[in-house]
Amino acid sequence: MTGAEFLSYVNIAGAEITLALSILFISVVDMFFGERFKNFTYRASMLALVLVFVWLFMYGKTDGSLAFKEMFISDNLAIILKQAMCLMSFLAIFYSRDYLKARNLFKSEYYLLTLYATLGMMVMISGYNMLSLYLGLEMLSLSVYGMVAFNRDSAVAAESAMKYFVLGAIASGTLLYGMSMVYGMTGELGLKEIAVSVSQQGTDNLPLLFALAFLIAGVAFKLGAVPFHMWIPDVYEGAPAPVTLFIGTAPKLAAFALTFRVLVDGMGSFQVQWEMLLAILAVLSMVIGNVVAIAQDNIRRMLAYSTISHVGFILLGFVAGTTIGYEAALFYTLTYVVMASGAFGLVVLLSREHDTDKLSSFKGLNQRSPWLAFLMLCLMFGMAGVPPFVGFSAKLAVISAVMQDGYLWLGLIAVLFSVVGVFYYLRVVWFMYFDAPEDAVGESDAYQSSTLENRIANIALDHKIVISVNALAILFFGLLPGLIWSLSKIA
Amino acid sequence: MFSETPLLSLLIWLPILGGAAVLFIGDKKADLSRWTSLVIALVVFALSIPLYTGFDSSTALMQFQENRSWISSFNVNYHLGIDGFALPLILLTTFITVIVVIAAWEVIQTKPSQYLAAFLIMEGLMIGVFSALDAFLFYVFWEAMLIPMFIIIGIWGGKNRIYATVKFFLYTFLGSVLMLIAFIYMYNKEGGSFSIADLHALQLSSKEQFWIFIAFFAAFAVKIPMWPVHTWLPDAHVEAPTGGSVVLAAVMLKLGGYGFIRFSLPITPDASASLAGFVIVLSLVAVVYIGLVALVQTDMKKLIAYSSIAHMGFVTLGLFIPFYIVVNGVALGQGSGLAIEGAMVQMISHGLISGAMFLCVGVLYDRMHSRDISAYGGVINKMPWFGAFAVLFAMANAGLPGTSGFVGELMVILASFKANFWIAFLAATTLLLGAAYTLWMVKRVYFGEVANENVEKLQDLNRREFFMLSILAVGVILLGVYPNPLVDVMHASTNALVEHLLNGKL
Repeated sequence: MTGAEFLSYVNIAGAEITLALSILFISVVDMFFGERFKNFTYRASMLALVLVFVWLFMYGKTDGSLAFKEMFISDNLAIILKQAMCLMSFLAIFYSRDYLKARNLFKSEYYLLTLYATLGMMVMISGYNMLSLYLGLEMLSLSVYGMVAFNRDSAVAAESAMKYFVLGAIASGTLLYGMSMVYGMTGELGLKEIAVSVSQQGTDNLPLLFALAFLIAGVAFKLGAVPFHMWIPDVYEGAPAPVTLFIGTAPKLAAFALTFRVLVDGMGSFQVQWEMLLAILAVLSMVIGNVVAIAQDNIRRMLAYSTISHVGFILLGFVAGTTIGYEAALFYTLTYVVMASGAFGLVVLLSREHDTDKLSSFKGLNQRSPWLAFLMLCLMFGMAGVPPFVGFSAKLAVISAVMQDGYLWLGLIAVLFSVVGVFYYLRVVWFMYFDAPEDAVGESDAYQSSTLENRIANIALDHKIVISVNALAILFFGLLPGLIWSLSKIA
Repeated sequence: MFSETPLLSLLIWLPILGGAAVLFIGDKKADLSRWTSLVIALVVFALSIPLYTGFDSSTALMQFQENRSWISSFNVNYHLGIDGFALPLILLTTFITVIVVIAAWEVIQTKPSQYLAAFLIMEGLMIGVFSALDAFLFYVFWEAMLIPMFIIIGIWGGKNRIYATVKFFLYTFLGSVLMLIAFIYMYNKEGGSFSIADLHALQLSSKEQFWIFIAFFAAFAVKIPMWPVHTWLPDAHVEAPTGGSVVLAAVMLKLGGYGFIRFSLPITPDASASLAGFVIVLSLVAVVYIGLVALVQTDMKKLIAYSSIAHMGFVTLGLFIPFYIVVNGVALGQGSGLAIEGAMVQMISHGLISGAMFLCVGVLYDRMHSRDISAYGGVINKMPWFGAFAVLFAMANAGLPGTSGFVGELMVILASFKANFWIAFLAATTLLLGAAYTLWMVKRVYFGEVANENVEKLQDLNRREFFMLSILAVGVILLGVYPNPLVDVMHASTNALVEHLLNGKL
C-alpha cells in the first residue's frame, strides 16, 4: 500500500477511523480516571458521535469510492445511514443517563459497548464484500448481546440475552452459510464480482437459489421479519429500557443497508425470486405484527410487535424492486427510527424503578403532564400513519411504490392491516387521555414512590427538551415530508 | 384586494395556530382561554364573510385559489380554492364553531382549554378539507380531523365514550384508507399528479371506475353515514359532549356529501350512473327504515342521530337521482340541477337544525343530567322561552314550510318526481315520518303536565343560551323563507357538474 493510497483510504473510511480511535482513547482514559470522573465516558461517547457526524457531514464521500481492496464503499446511501446512525446512537446514550443512574448501572462499559456496536454497524453499512458485511454484523451482534445482559442482577435480562444470543448465532450461521454457498458458486466475495458472476450463471441455478434463501433468512432475522421475529418481543421486554431503545432504532438502519447491499447490489439478477420471498415476509410481518400487538399489555412488547409490522412496510419497498421503491424503503426506515427513538425514549424516561412497563402505566398522563401526553400522541399517531404526521407520508411512499410496480393487492393488505394497527396505538392514546391515573389508588410504599407524578418530576430538563424536539420532528416532517424524502434519493 | 390576501390559508391556519395558543394558555387561566377562543372563532367567522361577498357566482371556476409547491418530489401542491359547493359549507363551519365555543362556556369545566383548542383545530382542518384542490392535501386534512374528534368524544363524552370513540375512529379510518388506495392508483395512472382537476379529467375504463367508485363509497358512505354503515353515528352522538355532537352532525357528516360531489360523481361519472340505483335504494332505506327506527328511540340524542341519518339519506338521494331523470332518452335531464342543489341546501339546513337540536338537548342535559325522553314532561311550563325555540327547531326538523328544512326536502322530492313516482313517494314519507318522530318527542318532553319535581325546578334559558339559540333560529327561518342567496352561489357549479356528468368518461 502506497502512502497516497493510504491517505485516500483514510479519506474514505475516515468516520470509522475517527470512531475507532475515539473508542480506544475513551477506554484508556476511562481505565485510569474512570473512578474520578464519573460522567467522562458518557460525555466523551456523545462527543465522539458528534465528531463522527460532523466528519461525515463535511468530508463524507458520496461518489461510491471504494477502499481496502473494494471491501469498503462510501456512497450516498452509506453517508445518510451513518449520519442517522450517529444521531440514533447519540439519542440512545443520552436518554439512558438517568435510567442507568437510578438503577446503579451507570458504568462506562455500557457506553463503550454502544460505540462498538455503532462502529460495527457503520462497517456493515459500508460493507461491499461479504466478509466486511459479516464482520460488521458480528461486531454489532456481540456488543448488543452484552448490552442486553447488562443488568447482571436481572434474571429476565439474562434470559432474553441468552435467547437473543442463541437465535442470533443461528441466524448468523444461516447468513454465513448462504454467503459460503455464493462463494462456492461464484468464487467471489466482493459484491460487484458476485453480481457479475451471478448474472452470468442465470436464475435457474439451484445452489444459488438455496444460497438466496439462506441469505434472506439471515437478513430477515436481523430485520426481525416474520417468521424470524421470535426474539424481538422477548429481547425488547427483557433488556434494560435504554438498550431496547438502542436495538429498536440504529440496527434497523444497518439491517436496511445489509438488505440493500446483499440483495440489490449482490443478487440483483435474482430480483424476481427475492421479490416473491420478501413479499411473503412482508405480508406475514404486517399481519402477525399488527394483530399480535393488540393482545399485548406491556408497552415494550407492543412496540416490539409494532416494529415487526413496520419492518413489513420496509420490506414492501424492496418488493417494489425499483429505485423509487428503495427510496421509499429508506424514507420509511429513517422515519421509523425517528419515531421509535421518540417512543422508546419516552418509555425510558417514564419507566418505573422496578420496571414492568405496563401499558396501564401511561394511564392519566394527560392529567399529570399534558405536554408529555401530547408528545406521545404525536408519536403514536405518527406510527399509526395518520396524517399530518410523517409516518403517513412514509407509508404512502411505500404503498405508492409497490402499486406502481403492479402489486395492488399488497397495497390493499398494507392499508387494511394498518387499520388493525391503529387500534393499539389508539389504546395508548386513550389510556393517556381518557383514563384516570392509576396511582390514585393507594398501594405499597415502593409503588407510591414511583407514581406517575414522581416519574414526570424526575425527568431532567435537557431530556425534556430533546424528547420534545424528537417527537415534534414527527409533526414537522409530517408537514414538510419533502425534507426527508429528498435525503432518501439513493441513486 | 381580497384576491391577494391568502384568505383560505388564513381561515385554515388561524384557528389551528389559535388552538395551539389556547392549549398553551392552559386550564389554570380558563377564562382567558375561553375569551381567546371566542375571539379567534369570531375573527375566523368574520374572515369567512369576504369569501361570500367576493365570490363570483357566475362561474364554476375555482376561486380564491392559492397554489404552491409542497412536496415537489411527489408533485404534491398546497392548492386551495373554492367553488359554489365548498363556499356554503365553509361558512357553515365557521358559523357553527362560534356557536360551539359559546355553548361550551361554563358547561365544560374539565380541561376547558383542551376542549376549546380541539374544536378550533378541528375547524381549521375542516375548512382545509372543503378548500383543498389536491387529493393528497385533502386526505391529510380529512384524516387529521379524526384526531381532535377522537379526543373530544374520549375525554368529555358519556359513560360509554371509549367504545364509541374508538368505533368512530376505526370505522372512518377503514373507509378512508380505501379512498387512499384509489388516490394512489389514479396518481400512478395519471403519471404523477394528485391535483383534483387532473383527476376529474383522467380517463378511466368502466372497470376502473367501478372499483374506484367502491373505494370512494367506502369512505364517504361511512362518513355521511348511509345505511348499513351508519352504526357508529348513534354511538358517537350519544356519547359525545354537546359541542362534539353539534360539530359531528352539523359539519362532519357533510364531509361525506361533499366527498360525493367533489370526487365520486366527477371522477367516476359512468360508475356513478350505473350504480346510482344501488345508492338510491340505500338512501330510501335510510329515509324510511331509519325514520321508523328513530320513532322508537327513548334517548333524545339517539333520536336526533337517527333523524340525521334519515336526512342524510335525502342528500345521497338528491345526488344520485339525476341519473334517473331521463328526458328524451338521455339521463340527467331538466331537474338534475334541482336535485343536486336540493341536496346541498339539505346539508346546510340540516347543519343548522341538527346543531340546534343537539344544543337543545345539551341545555336540558346540563340541568337534569338525563337524555331519556321519559325523564321529562311539561318542560315548556317551566321554560317557556326554551320551549319556543325547541319547538321551532323540531318543526324545522320535520320539514315545516317556512323553515330551511322544508326547502331542501321539497327540491329533492320535486326532482325525484321527474325520475320515478315511487321513488318520490317513498322519499316523501320522510315528511310524515319526520313529523311523527320529532313531534312525538316534542309532545312527550315539552308538553303535558309537569312530570316530576326535577322538571319543576328547571330554570329558563340564561342570556348565553338564549343568544346562541336565537341566532340559529334566525338562520333556520331566513333560509326557509329566502333560500336564494344560498342557491344562487351554487348554480354555476351545479351546471358545470351536470355537464361533466353528461359527458362521462367512456
